[in-house]
Amino acid sequence: MSISTEGVAEVVEERADVDRTDESSGPEVGKARRRKEDQRLITGRTRWTDNLQLPGMLHVATVRSPYAHATITGMDTTAATSSPGVVAVLTGQDVKDSQGSLPCAWPITEDQKAPPHPAIAVDRVAFSGEVVAVVVARTAAAARDGAELVDVDYDELPAALDLRESAADTTLAHPDLGTNRSAHWVFDSAEAGTGEDVEAAIAQAREDGVLIEREYRQQRLIPSFMEPRSVVVDPTGEQFTMWSATQVPHILRLMLALTLDVPESKVRVIAPDVGGGFGGKLQVTPEEVITFLAARHTGKPCKWTETRSESLLSAHHGRDQWQKLTLAATKDGTVTGLKVELLADMGAYLGLVTPGVPILGAFMFNAIYKFPAYRFECTNVFTNKTWTDAYRGAGRPEATFAIERLMDELAAELGRDPLEVREQNWIRHEEFPFTSVCGLEYDSGNYEAATARAKELFGYDELRAEQARRRESNDRVQLGLGVSTFTEMCGLAPSRVLGSLSYGAGGWEHASVRMLPSGKVEVITGSSAHGQGHETAWSQIVADQLGVPFEDVEVLHGDTQISHKGLDTYGSRSLVVGGQAVVKAAQKVIEKARPLAAHVLEANMDDLEFSSGTFTVKGAGEGQEGVSITELALKTFAAHDLPDGMEPSLDADATFDPVNFSFPHGTHLCAMEVDTETGESRMRSYVAVDDIGNVVNPLIVEGQVHGGLVQGIAQALWEEAVYDEQGTLVSGSFVDYTLPTTADTISFVTDRTVSPSTSNDLGAKGVGEAGCIASTPAVVNAIVDALRPLGIHDVTMPCTPERVWRTIQDSGSGGGATLPDAQPHFDEGAPNQDQPADAGQEGGQA
Amino acid sequence: MSKISVKVDGVTYEDEVEPRTLLVHYLREQLGKTGTVVGCDTSNCGACTVHLDGRSVKSCNVLAVQADGHEVTTIEGLAGADGALTPVQEAFRDCHALQCGYCTPGMIMQATDLLAENPDPTEEDVRLGMEGNLCRCTGYHNIVKAVLQAAGARAGEHA
Repeated sequence: MSISTEGVAEVVEERADVDRTDESSGPEVGKARRRKEDQRLITGRTRWTDNLQLPGMLHVATVRSPYAHATITGMDTTAATSSPGVVAVLTGQDVKDSQGSLPCAWPITEDQKAPPHPAIAVDRVAFSGEVVAVVVARTAAAARDGAELVDVDYDELPAALDLRESAADTTLAHPDLGTNRSAHWVFDSAEAGTGEDVEAAIAQAREDGVLIEREYRQQRLIPSFMEPRSVVVDPTGEQFTMWSATQVPHILRLMLALTLDVPESKVRVIAPDVGGGFGGKLQVTPEEVITFLAARHTGKPCKWTETRSESLLSAHHGRDQWQKLTLAATKDGTVTGLKVELLADMGAYLGLVTPGVPILGAFMFNAIYKFPAYRFECTNVFTNKTWTDAYRGAGRPEATFAIERLMDELAAELGRDPLEVREQNWIRHEEFPFTSVCGLEYDSGNYEAATARAKELFGYDELRAEQARRRESNDRVQLGLGVSTFTEMCGLAPSRVLGSLSYGAGGWEHASVRMLPSGKVEVITGSSAHGQGHETAWSQIVADQLGVPFEDVEVLHGDTQISHKGLDTYGSRSLVVGGQAVVKAAQKVIEKARPLAAHVLEANMDDLEFSSGTFTVKGAGEGQEGVSITELALKTFAAHDLPDGMEPSLDADATFDPVNFSFPHGTHLCAMEVDTETGESRMRSYVAVDDIGNVVNPLIVEGQVHGGLVQGIAQALWEEAVYDEQGTLVSGSFVDYTLPTTADTISFVTDRTVSPSTSNDLGAKGVGEAGCIASTPAVVNAIVDALRPLGIHDVTMPCTPERVWRTIQDSGSGGGATLPDAQPHFDEGAPNQDQPADAGQEGGQA
Repeated sequence: MSKISVKVDGVTYEDEVEPRTLLVHYLREQLGKTGTVVGCDTSNCGACTVHLDGRSVKSCNVLAVQADGHEVTTIEGLAGADGALTPVQEAFRDCHALQCGYCTPGMIMQATDLLAENPDPTEEDVRLGMEGNLCRCTGYHNIVKAVLQAAGARAGEHA
């Protein structure tokens, strides 16, 4: 494989070609199998929820608040009710006794404050886009027409919009709560006994070391899955059947039962083909509850499908934090401590895991580094905006951004290469397993190897030389090199750990493997794919385990009646938790078959070995006839001649609860060209070398990396959910919420190093979120690196041409002063105001 | 209601539609052509892309009545009667150019049109030509690769 800079594109091509040839022989795990899912997806034979049409089905349209905060003083539904085709109008008053309160499964503290969370607002709305009524009609158009006729009177209330002001309770998002502060959560390594006291480290650095103090804004983002949310509820028969474009059919079923006081056994949830999620469909939504209530009220199947504008407005948002950071180091560049103070915007309500999102990041700010002292504190704050919740990475991208930006700032302060400073501080490969300052045990990794490979593919030294030339010649277009050496905790999660963090459920996963009489195999998984390729990857795993053809394995998922137990798909958990459950179930099937194999072969069970799908007697030599597991499946079905006491079944269930997370890592390098006159930036190259342990399907892995990269890059450069001063979402359509396109992006160079995980038998680590976690700081570091000669130390995300241009304009000629927009500062009087307003603008304070 | 006659995927349909009915809703709800999907309401995403008289259009941006007397091809009508995939469909599968698959019908229809117009595109041609179709899963890397591969395959076909 060639590794010159010029040849990097060929490296990718070359590897893909190698992958392409290996579908025919050898173990299935590791092959770049083309996906089983694709045939139906490329021919339009798909089953999206919105495709469903049931006899007598009615359609639901919503009426949403145009105000961020208001009292509902009156509602006239007369015109809507008499509109053609309208069957029913439901208001908050109609359902206030039956709708319950939408669930939050993660109360992070015992005294966490939260308002009731109605599906339909009853007498007050707390964000623009909150549902105040729904119209049920015979067609979607009639429902929409009816919704336009609902007349609502509002008395507008002052809205809490700015995160920092809201943290100071200047305006209350929920007056009855008496405060906007929902919870305050602290991790301190000295208190936890996992490390030292950060204040001592900071004091020491202030005296004779280096202190880097920065404030970063994690802007609000919108997950923007491509398939808009859709729900169908059929109330006929003995059960309520709900189809929903959800990531979490099992969690949804349980939560619907608890919220609406319906027996769980009376609810079946089906997630058919689901068009992306990225955390955005990890939710129990008002609209799911509303559609359920509408179906129960009318006795007819009901469907609700959102418009894109409705989706951007009301499906939960992500990120939205202020980060105040203090990094302590010695003068030689050894980091001694990190203090993190966060404000996290909950929006108006707590969703399923809203309060826990920043906590998922709490254990990752220390990243790949082994500094001894760490303190994290977070205040969760209500505002009158759409509520936030998980978005790809959930807490970990924020943490990774902060530490990777800080490491660059430290390197700049010391005048050293950012990779060199990182290496000085990172965990060396011989130190694994390594217990972090947060008390987590990192399973495996090799940061040296990934970094060396990334530098090689990137042409790091050559690009640094070019950068120097451009700086020297005062080139209008400056070159910046961005580094991100990330790790993440994934494979959510060991149930005991979740319990210790007050999460309301466990983190196990369930699987069943069934041998069918025909020799085919059915695999039922509790994880619920929505683009990840489970049908393919799980088939590869089972084909190897049972020695059956890949084509003979059928993977079923996403229906609580078929997959009766599961915890669904999020947090890069499907393979490392769900895949391991599949391995265990398959192994149980083999053990179940063993007595029958011994019976057939007239041998002792202990003398049998199972390989490539066949039981043989050990040491029986060449030409010995074995018996295949598919033959045993038929014999089991017939049950004519089974050993005494053997049940006629070659099925097995397994539930796997991981003992540890897995910790993928990688080194990402990004080259950005920044036009210092226009502020425009252009990505020139991006190299991602990820270590996700053993790989089941390299094709799928690469796809996950690519997609994650672009979502992270989009945070760095383009995307932001913007509210105006009235609390109206300005970026409420795809015209204004600017997802990247083919024209905005480039082709990437990806490669892998392999440090097998010790947390599961597959040796695999999660990959779903990796790209998204790593790429944001790589891009921003590159832009800042390009602008450093101008005295610029930060550009606030998203680094649009205008922001970059303004930052340059306000930097003067090489001065350190930058504009407030680009150098966030806490307002006077804000609760966490404890440093000079200009701190952080002049680089580190020695 | 207006009466229209539209040939869709080789079959002529005579139907009554409300004048405000969008082509995409006519396809999905009246004809059951659910392979074509809706992804936005501002004509940005391209998920609903079909061919109208052989050229790609966003079917959320066309009224059903405007298709009267015309021919529509959807993702469901692309493969041959024997189920043989087109080079673009093959390339999308081969290059893993789809994950959730929601944008895929539109991507494939757009790529097919792009290659009809420019059988030998550069990467930049592909990136500019596919700009009107949004994907949230793939980061576009493999989509671009698939379109270029399909172009190569087509070139091979015609050679």
